[in-house]
Amino acid sequence: MTLTTPAGHGSALVPVKDPVLEIRNLSVDYGYDADPVHVLRDVSLTLGRGEVLGLAGESGCGKSTLAYAATRLLPPPGLITGGEVLFTDRDGTTTDILRLNDTQLRASRWQDLAIVFQGAMNSLNPVFRIGRQIADGIRAHRPEVSQQEALERSAELLELVGISPDRLRSYPHQLSGGMRQRVMIAMALALDPQVLIMDEPTTALDVVMQRQIVEQIADLRDRLGFSVVFITHDVSLLIEIADRIAIMYAGEIVEDAPALDIYHRPRHPYSSALLHSFPPLRGPRRELSGIPGSPPDLARLGAGCPFRDRCAFAFDACATVDPGLTIPDVAGDDPRRAVACLRHDAAAVRAAGFEPQPVPVELSLR
Amino acid sequence: MTVDITLIEEDQVTGPSGAPMTGVMPSVPRRRRRPGRFVFLRNSKAVAGLVILGFFTLIAIVGPWIAPYDPSAQSDDILQPPSWEHWMGTTHLGQDVLSQLIVGTRGVMVVGFVAGILATFIGVVVGVTAGFIGGVGDESLSALSNIFLVIPQLPLIIIIAGQLPSAGGLTVAVVIAVTGWAWGARVLRAQTLSLRKRDFVEAARANGERTWRIVMAEILPNLTAIIASGFVGTVTFAVLSLITLAFIGIGSGGDWNWGTILFWAQSQLALQRGAWWWFIPAGLCIALLGMALTLINFGIDEFVNPRLRSTGLHARTLRKRGIRPRIGFTPVVHRAPGAEAGTAASVARSTSAPFAKEDRA
Repeated sequence: MTLTTPAGHGSALVPVKDPVLEIRNLSVDYGYDADPVHVLRDVSLTLGRGEVLGLAGESGCGKSTLAYAATRLLPPPGLITGGEVLFTDRDGTTTDILRLNDTQLRASRWQDLAIVFQGAMNSLNPVFRIGRQIADGIRAHRPEVSQQEALERSAELLELVGISPDRLRSYPHQLSGGMRQRVMIAMALALDPQVLIMDEPTTALDVVMQRQIVEQIADLRDRLGFSVVFITHDVSLLIEIADRIAIMYAGEIVEDAPALDIYHRPRHPYSSALLHSFPPLRGPRRELSGIPGSPPDLARLGAGCPFRDRCAFAFDACATVDPGLTIPDVAGDDPRRAVACLRHDAAAVRAAGFEPQPVPVELSLR
Repeated sequence: MTVDITLIEEDQVTGPSGAPMTGVMPSVPRRRRRPGRFVFLRNSKAVAGLVILGFFTLIAIVGPWIAPYDPSAQSDDILQPPSWEHWMGTTHLGQDVLSQLIVGTRGVMVVGFVAGILATFIGVVVGVTAGFIGGVGDESLSALSNIFLVIPQLPLIIIIAGQLPSAGGLTVAVVIAVTGWAWGARVLRAQTLSLRKRDFVEAARANGERTWRIVMAEILPNLTAIIASGFVGTVTFAVLSLITLAFIGIGSGGDWNWGTILFWAQSQLALQRGAWWWFIPAGLCIALLGMALTLINFGIDEFVNPRLRSTGLHARTLRKRGIRPRIGFTPVVHRAPGAEAGTAASVARSTSAPFAKEDRA
């Protein structure tokens, strides 16, 4: 039984070229009892080398859970119940992060895959100078490096993120919030990681500082060539920085497309609604609509599309058929994009015995 | 701008006008098992401890009525091993050991709990006050508890109990409480100091809550775990102190308790005479009661942190499934293919996922 083969399109979605991180069918539960909450259900996502991938969605839709599960940092009672997270090194060897043992995982963290946490500016230890904190991390992974060399490297890193190297001897409380944030980014870059996961790194900062940091990340990415997973609920910020955006809803990815395509040509009703919830930076004025209702309770999710109760385009099939990611049913669309909406998946609707509905005009903009 | 989500939700449920209702009602909500009111009782250690403690409490209440003999009554059956007439044998005066044990339970339990409650009360008052008010008050209260901490407890109890004219059960309990509250006060003071600076307390103060209410409604609930385990610890300490006192022959008066039995057994050379039935039952009871209190303490430990509660409650299933919950290394369980409960819906979902592969482990 394959529901994925839409009549007009090729059978499989086009895979991302040269992937560095591939998340395949990742499932995560919260709770160890017989009745856990399934917060992520078969989520698949691929991050290309050198790509900035944005993850967006409302609060509580699983963005951070996805990032932390992929790095195995979910605190109890989180439990990964299935899937693979494949990391491809520069030399082409592939490892499944979910199968590493503790030692390997410890060695791989920061070296291959670094994380800047939500509210990162409180992640610095207040009693040590920042130079020592960066050097500590370097020496933990590379014991052969001397303290002097590590401090020199720390100075370089600070310069990289636009902080003068004489700040090495400052304590965290002597720096502003934005500077501390940048110290955290410098620290994350210390071992030249290939993937940088940033979980709402700019949330606590003012817009000017947000802009500086986002530009800094874009600039560093161009120079150092790492890939970024950028998690935020600020879609307008994402459109500026990200190459590709994945929109999450209720623990699933509902749309995955190049940033500008999402912005100009959203194909999922949720992406479209999300984009209409904030004013555009340029262009004609338009009415802000917002999204009625709130995300569903993940503990009580039945069959069917989780967005259907808030969706203006829902029809009878939405209550019973689970939409999978397919190529949007709009002629001339980029084959690299994917959307999980039954309006775009006539084959699945027909297979379940319902009458397919056409893609509405709002979701087939050119 | 803030949006009142509850209003929106209500709007969607009641009036279909604003929200795009499509006639698709929310799917049948899965009935979730509510955690229930007695979650604490789902912890097997706590249950075992409570059962043993309940048993001894029951004996303490009905003891004098169910005891087969008068514990002090002498008879001609001198130093008899266990038999049908005397289930746990007799002493050198022909007294029934089982009756002594049953009647003696009340003394142990009363002293344990009175001393525990009293010491915990003093500890909470002194500790929380010291932690919350700060300044000179804190300094003097801390000095007081420090003094009580360094006083060697047992000699002090012996001296006080020896000076009192009638060293009955309650007197001993009060003496134990007065000498044993300081450790709890110290721990509570430290925790209160840390809580006092937290944001939710600052917020309560900014909202204009009175100091009394902040202490009672904001701080004390956060201390419940420490108070509870401190109480259990103090009860254990009080029971052991009482038994020690009785064992060395202080404060027994005419009352029976397990320590008195041991005192007579020791002074009449029960061990040398091979009268094992004289001291083993009392020793076992002490060990059992101590174990019960420790188990309850474990139960409290596993229960207090709401975050770890799930782990504590499901320890056995977790062990069976080979899951070791740790921070920083999320456990991974790979579902066996076919063993999954989601049935058709999830099969459809996983086959329609873009990277679905046959080799899913």
